[in-house]
Amino acid sequence: MSVEDLNPREREGVIHPEVRAGHDESERAPDGRRLQHAEAASKPIRAPQTREPQPRGAKIRGDRPINQSEAAERFLAAPLHQAAHDERLWDLRKKRDASAHGIPEWEELRELASQIKTHTLSHLDRYLEQFEAAAKANGVHVHWAKDGADHNRIVLDILRSHGAKTLVKSKSMLTEECGFRHHMAANGIEVIETDLGERIQQLDNEEPSHVVAPAVHKTRMDVAEVFAKTLGTDPDNDDAHYLAESQRETTRPYILKADAGMTGCNFAIAETGTVVTCTNEGNADLSGNVPPLQIHSIGIEKIIPKVEHLGVFIRLLSRSALGSPITQYTSHFRGPRAGTEMHMVLVDNGRSERLGMEEFWTSLKCIRCGACMNTCPVYRRSGGLSYGATYSGPIGLIIDPTFNKRKYSTLPFSSTMNGSCTNVCPVKINIHEQIFAWRKVLVEEHQIPALKQGMMKAAGAVLSRPAAYRAAIGAADSALKVLPRFAVYNPLNTWGKKREMPDAPRQTFHAWYKQNRMKDTGR
Amino acid sequence: MSARDAILDGIRRNRPAGDFPLPEVPLFAPLVGEDLVAEFGERLKRMGGRVAEPGAADVFAGVRERLDAAKVIASAVPELTGNRDLRSVRAPQEVEDVDVAVVRAVFGIAETGSVLFTQDQLIVNAVAYLAQHLVVLLDPADIVPNVQAAYRRPEFGRSAYAVLHTGPSATADIEGVLIHGAQGVRSLTAVLLPRDAAERG
Repeated sequence: MSVEDLNPREREGVIHPEVRAGHDESERAPDGRRLQHAEAASKPIRAPQTREPQPRGAKIRGDRPINQSEAAERFLAAPLHQAAHDERLWDLRKKRDASAHGIPEWEELRELASQIKTHTLSHLDRYLEQFEAAAKANGVHVHWAKDGADHNRIVLDILRSHGAKTLVKSKSMLTEECGFRHHMAANGIEVIETDLGERIQQLDNEEPSHVVAPAVHKTRMDVAEVFAKTLGTDPDNDDAHYLAESQRETTRPYILKADAGMTGCNFAIAETGTVVTCTNEGNADLSGNVPPLQIHSIGIEKIIPKVEHLGVFIRLLSRSALGSPITQYTSHFRGPRAGTEMHMVLVDNGRSERLGMEEFWTSLKCIRCGACMNTCPVYRRSGGLSYGATYSGPIGLIIDPTFNKRKYSTLPFSSTMNGSCTNVCPVKINIHEQIFAWRKVLVEEHQIPALKQGMMKAAGAVLSRPAAYRAAIGAADSALKVLPRFAVYNPLNTWGKKREMPDAPRQTFHAWYKQNRMKDTGR
Repeated sequence: MSARDAILDGIRRNRPAGDFPLPEVPLFAPLVGEDLVAEFGERLKRMGGRVAEPGAADVFAGVRERLDAAKVIASAVPELTGNRDLRSVRAPQEVEDVDVAVVRAVFGIAETGSVLFTQDQLIVNAVAYLAQHLVVLLDPADIVPNVQAAYRRPEFGRSAYAVLHTGPSATADIEGVLIHGAQGVRSLTAVLLPRDAAERG
């Protein structure tokens, strides 16, 4: 269905009378304060009005290793996009900090969240059985899916048995993981995304580039172009209010007519059989409450034991993601509405196997807040689509190789190892250490290119000998000062690409310590 | 083997070694001051909601403008008579033309400015999203200090549907520009109005 298929009344309604023309600023409170909840920027961030084509993501060639740095280079070569992306995500990171510092028990909450997840994951069989029993007692149909294909087949069966042809969906990374939309399209089921960012990506035939803000890599001009082509909006109007309103009004008819609604799951409570979703747009509630058939896709790692534990995660999730105290909607779906059916699909897709990976199983604690992406310098400068995977950024570097070791073999190298991701993680996953652990695994299994292997070997030799390390650092620092530019900024030194090398200190810390402190303590 | 058994089997086989007890979750000191009503109002406003004081003669004086401009009003509360009877609605799609929905909240949370509804307050769940504007009645005595306290309430364990609303629907998916009225309601206004004595039982 396109805009042409809408009846005249629906088409007339595309621009709602409440849209104020020329308004391009964020909502304000009655007292004039600029509001900052949802994914809002704390100051206006507007990409310059020069047209710059949106850089596209990594090229996917079957199982061949993703060339993240090639895609990153193309993103860096689009300076307007690169700057807007970097600024926007860093703004979210700063809002996260302000929000976290506003809670005295923040660190205690992180520790609790981490412990609750550790406990649940190490008793996952028991909690899944409890969840299933509770959901069944609530009148819910429960299904189990071993992998993405299984999930898609189960959902297709449910839809077919109800004669359902259209489905409205609330954003879910799990269904992205399963390639759900493409599978449904191939089987004659129309799937409409209801989240604005996800709908933009669907209309542009792109995957989401961020777990919380799927279209964060696009400027308003990119969105105007996509909507002009697909929704029939004015190509010269890139007002964000006009564009969002156009999406609202063109999506609503689908929501009203849909045969089925589907949501993902942020948390699933074993005690009560409840699926919890957190959204700002209210789209999960529309998907769950309007169509006569309701389906929830649940990753098995989303289970938590009891309702009282939910408070810990709800307090952490939106603050970590966007810096707001809570999402606009926190929805608890427990049983079907009268006269309708509710289905829950519990999906494994590699999770039970990851549970057995000693160094990587704690990545299953991830609550998909995106904080690690927002803080990661590589992610901010290269864009989420450069990773060529469902999950990008630091958490993606750990999860993606568990899906396909060959295809995602280069991703763990797309990190500066600064540890910032680990510091902001609300469930205390040691992200940068796991990235390092993956590098070791991949080198041992020869999954990485020869050049990188050579560099790793040399680094290993130097790093394992303190004296060699000190000599190397001293030499590198002196070298940086005297070497001509062509020697530092050349294709063999990837660290010299697109960045200025820092000014080397006159003296290394070790030399300074030896000179000043060891003397003082008389050692 | 069924998918269910295969998954549970895999989990048992791969179970991480170690003893990991479930921690106790404390209630935590409230982040808010003593005046829960003021704290609730302030935080709701920061999340894009409004607070209307009830007038002495007309409890809806604070939202009169919105109600008078509305063609279709769906009221789920005894304090106001609308012109769309939610109890006679057969399918949720029927409430798509509602301009204003009026609903009473079960309770509010001072820490976040949120209000809770279950299917019992909403009558038609979808009306809280398909309506253009939402007016929420909240008894000042029904405000709990924080999220942790809210999750000790019984509604979560017994409702088919329970939802915390914190201001109107919002998005900032385009260049971080905050927009109210993403998919759900364009505005949420709380009227602080005690339940009548009969309702309190």
